[in-house]
Amino acid sequence: MQRRLSTWLLLAPAGLWFAVMLVLPLCFVVVFSFGEREAAGGYVPAFTLAQYANLPSRGTAFLNTLTLAPFGTVLALLIAYPLAYFLAMRADPKWRTLLLILVIVPFWTSILIRSYAWIFILGGQGLPAVIAWLGFGSVRLINTPFAVMTGIVYGYLPLMVLPVYVSLERLDKRLLEAAADLGAPPLRSFLQVTLPLSLPGVATGCMLVFILLMGEFLIPAMLGGGKVFFIGNALVDLFLQSRNWAFGAAVAVTLVLIMLVTVSLYMWLMRRMGGVRDDVALM
Amino acid sequence: MTDKIDHISRQKFMEELRRYQRGSVTRRHFLGVTGLGAASAVLGAAMPGLMPRAAHAQSIGDRVVLASWPNYHDPANFDSFAAESGATVQLNVFGSNEEMLAKLQAGGSGWDVFVPTNYTITTYVEQDLIEPLDLALLPNYDPASFDQRFAGPGTVNGTVYAVPRNWGTTGFAVNTDHTGGTTPTSWKEFWDLTQTTFSGRTMVHDYQLTTIGNALKYFGYSFNSIDPAELAKAEELLLAAKPHLFAISSDYQPSMRSGDAWMTICWTGDGKQMNRDMPEIVYVLGKEGGELWSDFFAIPKGAPHRDAAYALINYLLAPEINAKEVMFHGYPVADARVNAILPAEMLNDPILYPAADLLSALEFGAAATLTDPNRAELMARFKAA
Repeated sequence: MQRRLSTWLLLAPAGLWFAVMLVLPLCFVVVFSFGEREAAGGYVPAFTLAQYANLPSRGTAFLNTLTLAPFGTVLALLIAYPLAYFLAMRADPKWRTLLLILVIVPFWTSILIRSYAWIFILGGQGLPAVIAWLGFGSVRLINTPFAVMTGIVYGYLPLMVLPVYVSLERLDKRLLEAAADLGAPPLRSFLQVTLPLSLPGVATGCMLVFILLMGEFLIPAMLGGGKVFFIGNALVDLFLQSRNWAFGAAVAVTLVLIMLVTVSLYMWLMRRMGGVRDDVALM
Repeated sequence: MTDKIDHISRQKFMEELRRYQRGSVTRRHFLGVTGLGAASAVLGAAMPGLMPRAAHAQSIGDRVVLASWPNYHDPANFDSFAAESGATVQLNVFGSNEEMLAKLQAGGSGWDVFVPTNYTITTYVEQDLIEPLDLALLPNYDPASFDQRFAGPGTVNGTVYAVPRNWGTTGFAVNTDHTGGTTPTSWKEFWDLTQTTFSGRTMVHDYQLTTIGNALKYFGYSFNSIDPAELAKAEELLLAAKPHLFAISSDYQPSMRSGDAWMTICWTGDGKQMNRDMPEIVYVLGKEGGELWSDFFAIPKGAPHRDAAYALINYLLAPEINAKEVMFHGYPVADARVNAILPAEMLNDPILYPAADLLSALEFGAAATLTDPNRAELMARFKAA
């Protein structure tokens, strides 16, 4: 009985926090999404599906986001995996801590300031000037989808590197020795031992990056010159420019639903892949 | 390193520092693009060494929160206000009137003074978000010395809710290095150039009023039109121009100065500031017309530091302080007392005080544009396209 009480007490702060800061606001958002916009902006209580019927007007933004998030996640993974592999498997243990700190160092500065730095790096007097000086002609980098992708991969890379690194670092190295002893060439032992065992880290990293990318609005606005419009940007405009709270709430609820569906699907897929691996292990 | 170079670099450093202080690039950009308008420039508060001595402190408290526009205040005047009154100015800068209104509608803004534009004041009054002003607390405000054309919108139904700050125009800035010796003079040329020789080099505001308004001017319609047929024409033009734009952003000075952008929709003071440093960038008022505006000081309902709010407004309305502000930001004032002490070259500057025929074509923004859902949706479609 006593143990039960202490469990509840220990869970209380987190529970209260979630109830007040997440569940309650979410309820407000759902209620607002069935309301109407007040003439001067704001919210008028109502029960209408008009806001949801209007969702197609933000179709492009949804489509852009649903393209950007998976693409950015895969790109971040492709770049992060070799880096994490090097840190966990190849880097001299003497330097490992320092290298890991270097991966995290960018987090010490606001993403805002780092994105602003990219504006100058990718701007006309930055990289393009160097490229022109080297004789490769003039290129435009800033305010292009390429710039947005660069900023996103740069910004979210540590979130991908760290979980992958942790799962690789914990990997029992004796398994690799066993694979080698049994005659597996390096590529095969990577594909059949290292990669499957690092999947939990990959899954975590992908989830972190994907969820954050679905709501991204800052990097597209800064490095895309406001011309690349994602659902996060649509939300900012709906609440802070046109003050259409009801429609903004409907867009937000839809975004949450899309996330729930995709993330559940993704987790189900991951579990299935994990199951397959168990079968292989049994054999 | 010679002394001379050393001297120049030190001066340059101070210039850069001032540039940072007057509306830190990152902060300004953040506000412009995110629409959050939340980052505060806590210049003095962050540095205890700059805090005024206790001996100066009076009963108005130690701070005053000001919501205003980028590149619009001389930080030196805030420093001297803090030294005199004991209250440090915390500046929040915004990218659009919509954003300001959104913050006040959401409540809990924490602002003491804000700087709304003429056409929004009736909406603030209707929404009960703005405090009627007690003019007895503003001895530096002399209604008789203000041009009524610019001071008038501060009074709603006979009650004074806001006192004039600056007025100005919305035209466009163009880098004449790229125009082959001619300078465009109309919004028609602005949009045509954008889709031809200036492709990839033009910026428009992330602001429905001016971007849609100046697209309407291409067809000769009113800047304030909410007529669906006219808005449809403007949308057609905006969508055609979209692939040719460098950016949709109200933070255009950095890109214009670096040479990445060649032309942008532009406010008077930004035009003046760029022209002052780079004479090849000129400021143009489209001959079809465009926007004429007037900004005001106002106090929101429930301002936490009400006494400090009155003190700050009163301080900035003192003619000699106001004149320093004008010298700094390059926006004209409607106060005859200030104009009397401004240098002649400022008063004769065509950027600040345009020719009468150009001025007479301009329109004040209309309150309807602020709340019209069609303009808001048009802007969203334009940005998403």
